Amino acid sequence: MQATIVEAVNDALHTEMAADDDVIVFGEDVAESGGVFRATDELLEDYGETRVVDTPLSEIAIVGAATGLAMYGLRPVAEIQFSGFLPPAFDQLVTNASRIRWRTRGELTAPIVVRMPYGAGVRALEHHSESMEGAYAHIPGLKVVAPSTPHDTKGLLLASIRDPDPVLFMEPKRIYRSFREEVPEEDYEVPLGEAAVRREGEDVTVISWGSMMPATLEAVDELDADAEVIDIRTISPLDTETIAESVKKTGRAVVVHEGARSNGVGGDIVARINDEALMYLEAPVERVTGFDTPVPLLSMEDYYFPHSPRILDAIENALSA
Amino acid sequence: MTENEPTDHPANAAVSAGEPRFLTQDDLTVDTHQIVEPDGSYDADDVPDLDAEQFRDLYRWMLTDRVFSRRMVSIQRRGELGTFGSTRGQEASIIGSAYHLQPEDWLYVGRAWTPMFMRGVPMKDMILFWRGIEEGQQSFAEHNSQIAISIGSHLPLVAGLAWGMDLSGDDAIATAYLGDGATSTGAAHEAINFAGALGVPALFFCQNNQYAISLSADEQTGANTLAQKALAYGMDAIRVDGQDVLAVYEAVEEARERVREGEPVFVESVTYRLDAHTTSDDPTRYRSDEEVDAWEENDPLERYREFLKAEGLWADVDHDAIVDEIEAEFDAALDAANEFAEREIVEIFAHVYEEMPPELQRQYEEFVDLLDRRPELYDYIEQRPKG
Repeated sequence: MQATIVEAVNDALHTEMAADDDVIVFGEDVAESGGVFRATDELLEDYGETRVVDTPLSEIAIVGAATGLAMYGLRPVAEIQFSGFLPPAFDQLVTNASRIRWRTRGELTAPIVVRMPYGAGVRALEHHSESMEGAYAHIPGLKVVAPSTPHDTKGLLLASIRDPDPVLFMEPKRIYRSFREEVPEEDYEVPLGEAAVRREGEDVTVISWGSMMPATLEAVDELDADAEVIDIRTISPLDTETIAESVKKTGRAVVVHEGARSNGVGGDIVARINDEALMYLEAPVERVTGFDTPVPLLSMEDYYFPHSPRILDAIENALSA
Repeated sequence: MTENEPTDHPANAAVSAGEPRFLTQDDLTVDTHQIVEPDGSYDADDVPDLDAEQFRDLYRWMLTDRVFSRRMVSIQRRGELGTFGSTRGQEASIIGSAYHLQPEDWLYVGRAWTPMFMRGVPMKDMILFWRGIEEGQQSFAEHNSQIAISIGSHLPLVAGLAWGMDLSGDDAIATAYLGDGATSTGAAHEAINFAGALGVPALFFCQNNQYAISLSADEQTGANTLAQKALAYGMDAIRVDGQDVLAVYEAVEEARERVREGEPVFVESVTYRLDAHTTSDDPTRYRSDEEVDAWEENDPLERYREFLKAEGLWADVDHDAIVDEIEAEFDAALDAANEFAEREIVEIFAHVYEEMPPELQRQYEEFVDLLDRRPELYDYIEQRPKG
């Protein structure tokens, strides 16, 4: 079937709820209204009100209770309505969800999935536009996933729900509905922890994920050189090997992400390239990122996240250095 | 008495033997304060002591709230605003509660803007705010007002503002507007408990408008009322009919007296959100037309009009002229907002820190340089499809 990213989310949830009675979906407005982005549409009708639950407006309880449910053997898929609302529940991710396995020496685990739309560019209000994967990827024991295509979305979400560890599943809402592609009707997984090579090339490695992939590919299309494009897909744990192998081949690299630059994921990727491929580098690794500012309100938010001309400029810079 | 002996806390005062007795919600009777009944009838002895001008003023502000909501929804539909949340139906609750605010009081609201107009915030700045232009909020701050978007996140702040007033010995209060949904957040519990424990001049004005996006108030909590939640935190509460502007006025007047003495108060105002949660929301997915119609019948402006007629005050109110004046004020505000100068890139970087750190300065200069070298970036951004 041809599907958008948000339709792929919905399809994965239907697929796994049909396959596994332990999967329950909950969060604010997920049941009766089908989610503010319709990601959970028709789940209530198909699986009933004990498995698809509208919760009170309680991010701490949503993530904390998911952890408790998972410790008890269920497979909770919780929705946080917008990325800017996750910080209250940061405590539950840090204090509990990410540490249950470690704390109990493997006796108990917390295989939860917390889904949330993230990123700027949809003219939303304050606290609706954050890309804070760097903060979440900094939590040991938590996996952080950010798909960029409908096909990957379904496969990664199915893998996340089945994963034995807690997963934060960050959905790129700016491109929720911007394109369709073929998504298999059947059950399949895209494994966590494996990057995808979206384009093969020899001259420069461009690394990106989630909401920034379309702009990255657009920039590469404009480029008068042969770029290799890597879609990280899983931000933590990061697939260092795919990145390092590519940089060893091209000798140049650019990292593109939407979140603020300082202490962001890009810095860590540059460090890993230094660890694994420093002697192959022919130029410093470029970073194209959001600025170290709050995401501006809607009148200026489009200037915040990198667009393809900015990415193109950085790639050309890396190539000319 | 040594420190280890039990105190004479009231909880320890009475003991009982035999079967343990449940403490239940039914032990508590929570009345809803009302002055004017839905059909417009009232007992003249219960009417607050206001003069004719004040009675008419309440009506005027309620109408301001309604007209502003209508005009904002209308320009949002034309693509001139981002997401907007109307307050239609909640005018009595909003105006009755705000009528007591003093300029030195602090006000932290969700979507109750007319109280901000009542203390001098220009309509223009509210339009700028909903257009996502940060500068609108500067005048909010000048008038001790703020809008909170992340639900419940402002409540601990309000406890802190009130604490500051207490420490400074100032004769002012901090008022937080919140909704039924906010009472489920962790921040609300901590804030209300904190204010109760410290005994600070905070007023928590909760508009129970029956829905938090799609979730109805009775699914939001197992408690019979929201007002009773205050008791657990050592705070007194009033439940009031939020469609009755005089009842809200009187309830908050009394609450304010108590708050000024350092006893925080929680007010539950029972009202209804007639429009959608926001312009992005489709309420037909989760509520029935019959329900909405019943609340349309319970219109707070209609009810207050009946009161004004009975008091012989309505003859002096030129409803259409007031609407025209508010429309004209809105038109002028919209013109002023439309004339707001083209914005500069530096505004993204301004006010993050008092002094821009070197790395941020570098990011700014790089971006300006890029825009100089690649002016097509402006077109690229301006032409990007807007979500």
